[in-house]
Amino acid sequence: MPVDLKSAAAALSNEEILRYSRHLIMPEVGMEGQQKLKAACVLCIGTGGLGSPLALYLTAAGVGTIGLVDFDVVDYTNLQRQIIHSTPDVGRPKLDSAEEKLRALNPYVDIRKFETRLTSANALQIFRDFDVIADGTDNFPTRYLVNDACVLTGKPNVYGSIFRFEGQASVFATKDGPCYRCLYPEPPPPGLVPSCAEGGVLGILPGLVGIIQATEAIKLILGAGEPLIGRLLMVDALAMSFRTLKLRKNPECPACGAHPTITKLIDYEQFCGIPATAHQEPAANANDITPEELKRRLDAGEDLFVLDVREPNEYQIANLGGYLIPLGDLPKRVSELDSSREIVAHCKMGGRSAKAVDFLRQAGFKKVRNLTGGITAWSEKVDPKVPKY
Amino acid sequence: MKIHIPTPLRVYAEKKPSLEVRGATVGEGLRNLTSAHPDLKKHLFTDEGKLRSFVNVYVNDEDIRYLKNTETAVKESDEVAIVPSIAGGK
Repeated sequence: MPVDLKSAAAALSNEEILRYSRHLIMPEVGMEGQQKLKAACVLCIGTGGLGSPLALYLTAAGVGTIGLVDFDVVDYTNLQRQIIHSTPDVGRPKLDSAEEKLRALNPYVDIRKFETRLTSANALQIFRDFDVIADGTDNFPTRYLVNDACVLTGKPNVYGSIFRFEGQASVFATKDGPCYRCLYPEPPPPGLVPSCAEGGVLGILPGLVGIIQATEAIKLILGAGEPLIGRLLMVDALAMSFRTLKLRKNPECPACGAHPTITKLIDYEQFCGIPATAHQEPAANANDITPEELKRRLDAGEDLFVLDVREPNEYQIANLGGYLIPLGDLPKRVSELDSSREIVAHCKMGGRSAKAVDFLRQAGFKKVRNLTGGITAWSEKVDPKVPKY
Repeated sequence: MKIHIPTPLRVYAEKKPSLEVRGATVGEGLRNLTSAHPDLKKHLFTDEGKLRSFVNVYVNDEDIRYLKNTETAVKESDEVAIVPSIAGGK
């Protein structure tokens, strides 16, 4: 069941025939299939871990128009997995870096850049010109936004997501198939499921899953094989196991069911329980202590107990010599702390230590403070010899 | 039955990828799992004791929502998978 392409199949030049010869000689693609690929428009949302291999392979394969949506800038921590970007690209907009690589790889492909955050206000407009949408985003609000916009515009959603060494992939929102909301009607509350930035990700994993997404996008365009419609592929890179689970269309689905209640795009941050103020700088809190203040007081020889609530592997990367109790172990190890001393809790960025401070206050500790910005801010503001990660 | 523990929840289950538990139904298996590993409970169930809506449970490759939910009967040789939603991609 191929997707209906918006443009008619386009003829190939002699240069293109040579370039795509390994496709043209196989019956599953052939001249007809390659012309369909050339006529096809695929939108890649995100040019990060999943988006890198996805856009590279779709471009190499000769998908005629590739749309890219991103608003981020390349940083050093991206390079362990986002293979479309290189070391000299650090600091550049991801879209410019990605466009340059894709044009160098295949000048016959039209690259369209959307340097914006995908929102309820722009998604339908952006999706309109594309045949297939590939979701390589990294957060729940955008996942639901992409799904609903795909259902509303009738475009297939080629889905992939990753965590540490585990990935999921599927094809949602085809005419008769299930959508993402059939699989997960509601998102988890904020904070319960860690992101890649918090939980880490094995660098090759987005490569594996992004290429599965590219494969599915190409199959949809060609109308070849068995797409992952109604199936959830589970990839475990450590066990190197691939399992498929059955997915059904939920007749009661609020997006794609018989009587949908989602007839236009909604506020997805609110839907995912993220307060509207989450993007603002957190207000200064009486329990906070800045890195400069901590340094001054330690240098003055004051009695401060530095509590590190990160994981042991993070402690090995960099530490301030603090006493290590991972946040998750705090409830059962709280007796190791002396409530008569002033405690300064820290983590990597300040989020987990804020939870630790709340917990300790509820447990009756009066003198607990949170190091604002965590060990990262300490490295930036006090001691650059401490590595950032 | 063998219950597969997803990566994000392994930290609450001795870091193991799967655990053997007893029980004649999915619900019994999950209850035995969470009584042996109480930290898992709030990640799987709401305060009212219902499975959370972003956690799917499969017996072999079938979603229990399309079987008999937590009342679905399981044999000792069945594999139960807990599949929570993940969103990472960058």
